[in-house]
This record gives sequence, C-alpha cells and structure tokens, in this order.
Amino acid sequence: MKPDSTEEIALLQRLAKHDRQATETIYKLYYNMVQSLILNNNGSFDDARDIFQEALIVLYEKARSGTFTLNCQLKTYLYSVCRRLWLKKLQQQQHYLPEMNGMEDMVPVEEDLEAHQQRNAEFQMMEKALLHLGEPCRSLIEAFYLQKRNMTEIASHFGYTNADNAKNQKYKCLMRLKKLFFAEYKNNNV
Amino acid sequence: MEELKLLDAIERYLNGEMQPDEKTQFEQRRKDDPELDHRVVEHAMFLQQMDQYCEGKRFRNTLHDIHHELLATGAIKEVPRKATIINLWKKYKRVVAVAASIAGITALSISIITYYFTPNGNISEIQKLSQQFKQLENSQRQTNRELNNLKESTKPAAQAKVGGTGFLVDGKGYLVTSAHVVTNADSVYLQNVKGEYFKAGTIYINHLSDIAVLKITDDRFQPVKQLPYSIQKNPAALGEEIFTLGFPRPSSEIVYNRGYLSAGTGYNGDTLAYQIAISANPGNSGGPIFNEDGDVIGILSGKQITAEGVFFSSRSKNIFTALQEIRKDSTMEDRIKLPQTSSLKSLDRTQQIKKIEECVFMVKSY
Repeated sequence: MKPDSTEEIALLQRLAKHDRQATETIYKLYYNMVQSLILNNNGSFDDARDIFQEALIVLYEKARSGTFTLNCQLKTYLYSVCRRLWLKKLQQQQHYLPEMNGMEDMVPVEEDLEAHQQRNAEFQMMEKALLHLGEPCRSLIEAFYLQKRNMTEIASHFGYTNADNAKNQKYKCLMRLKKLFFAEYKNNNV
Repeated sequence: MEELKLLDAIERYLNGEMQPDEKTQFEQRRKDDPELDHRVVEHAMFLQQMDQYCEGKRFRNTLHDIHHELLATGAIKEVPRKATIINLWKKYKRVVAVAASIAGITALSISIITYYFTPNGNISEIQKLSQQFKQLENSQRQTNRELNNLKESTKPAAQAKVGGTGFLVDGKGYLVTSAHVVTNADSVYLQNVKGEYFKAGTIYINHLSDIAVLKITDDRFQPVKQLPYSIQKNPAALGEEIFTLGFPRPSSEIVYNRGYLSAGTGYNGDTLAYQIAISANPGNSGGPIFNEDGDVIGILSGKQITAEGVFFSSRSKNIFTALQEIRKDSTMEDRIKLPQTSSLKSLDRTQQIKKIEECVFMVKSY
C-alpha cells in the first residue's frame, strides 16, 4: 500500500493535473495520520479536515508550479505542513503555544507556506469580490469561468434570448467584478 | 457599449480567438495607446487571478467531496472524541498549573510578610499597658488632691524638666521656692533677669508646706547686701492686695501679676496656706507673694482645678519654720538671716518691682 518515491512522483503529477483518483489516494493514505496529530493537540475533527485540506492545497499548488521536486517522503512533507499550519492556528486562537509532543519540524516548509499564504489571500479576495457581486452576476461569472460552459448554454440556462446578449451581460458583470477585486487588491497591498 | 466591445476585444485577444489580421491591428493599437496596453495587462492579470481562483475552488470542492465520500465508505474514520472533561483538562492543565503556582507563591509570600511585619512585641505592649496603669493611678491620685501644681510642662531633653520661680531670702545666696519644683531634680540651675545662670543645691525640702530652700553654689554669684523686701511672720489679713513676680514663660521674661488674698486657709482648710485670687500660670510656682508694702507673705504653690481662679500660697511663716529646722540638723556656720525690714514701703509699684526683680530667679531643675 505504501508508495515508493517513483510512485509518489507519479501520484503528484496526477494530482497536478487535477486527477481525482490520485487526490483520493493521497487522502486515504494520510488523512488519519493528520487527524490524530490534530486531535492529540487540542483540535477537533473540523480542524483536522480543514488543516489536511489546506495542506493538500499547498501540495497541489506546489505540484502545479512545475518546479516541484519532492526531496523527502510525501508523508513527511504533509506532516510538516500540517504541523506548521496547526501551530499557526493555535497561535491565533490562544495566548500560549502548547508543547506539541513528538512534533519536531521534519522538513522546512516555510517557503511553500509563504507562497501558499499569498495565493490564499488572493483566493479570498476573489471570493469576497464574488460575494459582493451578488446574483445573477455571480452565477453567470461562475458558469463561464468556473464551469467553463459556453455562451449558448449559459444563455439558455439563464434565460437570455441569445448568446450575444448573455455575453454582454457577462462583460457588464465582469467589469463590476474587476472593480471590486482591484479595490480589495489595493486595500490589501497598501 | 464601447467599454463592452473593448473588453470583448481584450478577452478575445488574450484567449487567442482573434483572426490574424484583427490581431495585428489590435497589437498596433496597443503599441500606440499606452492606456489600452495597461488595460490589456490588467485584464490579463485579472484573468489569471480568476483562473487561479477557479482552480483552487474546484480543487477545494473535490477535496470536500472526497472527504465525504471517504467518510461514507468508511475509508477514513472520525475516531470518537475523548470525554469533554478530559479534553478540558488537557486544554487547561497548563493554565491550571500556572494559576496554582501563582496562588501558592502569593500565599507563601503573604505569610512570610505577615510573619516579618507582625510586631513580635506583644509582651512589651503588655508592659507598656501596665506602665500606663501606673500612670493612670498617679494621675488619679493627683486628681484626688484636685491640686494642679504650677509646674512648667515637661520639655525636651536639653530643656529643663520643671521650671519655676524662686526668690532670695538671704543675700548670701539662699533662695526659697516651691518643693514640687525641685522634687526629683538631678540638678538645679537658676537664671536671673539678666540671663545669668547659677548652679544651686537643695538644702531643705518640705512637701507638706511645699517649700524648698536652695543655696547658690556658683562662685560667680555676687552676694546681695540688702534685700529690698522682708519676710512677714504674722498671718496676712483677708482682702489684702497682693502681687507676685514669676517666670511662667520659657523665655526667662519676668512677669508681674496682682490679686488679693481671698481666704486665710488653703485647700480643705490647710492652715499652712492661703487662698489667693491671682492670675498665675505654670512657672509661677515658687514665686514670692508680696503685700502692698513689699513684704513676702507667701510662696505661690498651686491652683485648684475644679474651681476657676482659685490659687494657693504657702504661708511665709513656713519659711521661718524651715530655717529653724535647717538650723536644727545642720552644722552650717553661716546662718541664714532673713531680711527684717522692707525698703519698699510707700514706693509705687513699678519702683518696687524694679528693686525686687533682681532677687527673683527662674528655677530650672533637670
């Protein structure tokens, strides 16, 4: 069951391509380890899920960046990332840091986490902008960009008379979204 | 509408959906127009952000699905939680430990402080109390006598313990004062109106008549040849005008007061004393009481607390008695000769005082 390094690399490559099977494999392999780590250190199931998923996102981003080389076991990497993430969360919640028993940093992951932090901030900005956009613009934008549906499909789904109409509407929404996003972006970068 | 067309053009350009000739045209426009160029870059960046967002969103959704799927199939398990109390304990045991140690340290230091600052002199306090009892007793006794001797109040160490007044009865250096002024005195000093100090010794003391006889032992003392006043042997008459000189002030300023003889006996019918009405203060004790002719008729000794303006004076006859007793049990060669005649008769008061004041001394007993 335990994959060796070549298998791991293959797994990561598939993960980068958004292969659901690969993601599921990784999930199955390492979730329980992370869960016990979090639960043993004052965390809940929700915490465990959030931390593990965030760690997988870090892994995903890293795998997609193309420059990725895994110079340790995947398990070690995930464990280190989860540990750092959890410590950070504890720090935000509480005034003191508990000794995390048997939790030495196994590989340095700071750089990856910083990159992730940046992406996460951007992600949240976009999410916030979309939230402020309101309906039906939001659904329209998500249908086009997220679900990658074509204009005719969208037109019929949203009840526009033709694709051009839908397209115009989409551009109107997009302009507003851009305004919201860049306002947020400037705010965060000042 | 222009905006929308422009946006459409930019997006089509970025997505590579433009026809080659349209594309070259657009690129030319972009080169010429920096604002358009800026908008293209901006939109490219935005689309990239959008792309990343969509990627992230999709991946997050996938993860969420997988989580629920795996939970449903039992591939991952949410291990039952430990009991809440244990969790609480685990969560707060550090806090509890810190709190407990702080409490412990506080309690310990408080007890140490209390131990150090508690007066361990309970015993001495009891002694003090007993002393106070004694003092209470003393003052009670004094109250019973209802006599407040006109002593000058106790002063700081360098100052005299008791102050009073005395006057010469023999030019050679013998003085009479009140007994209570020199009682318990280690040493007695006299100060005249000029401010000169003389050491004196007590040679006779009688508490009953409240009379003491002092002798100046200092060589510097110039004997007075003739005292201006005489000592009257006979009892004074009721209603006689009297006056006194004394030193009630700490500044050795001589003070004159006058009054009248109000009763032929002292407190409770004391035949050794007179009752007089005069304004006097502590420090006047031992001062001479003169009648109008300048004869000494008594020695001021005290006042009654329970009545206003009631003073007592030892009779001048007691001086004679005292001298007799001195003669009886001493081998002193030079006898004390009391002045027999007064040179103050028919002088006015200011002149009388001028003559007398040299013979009146401030008595300081230490």
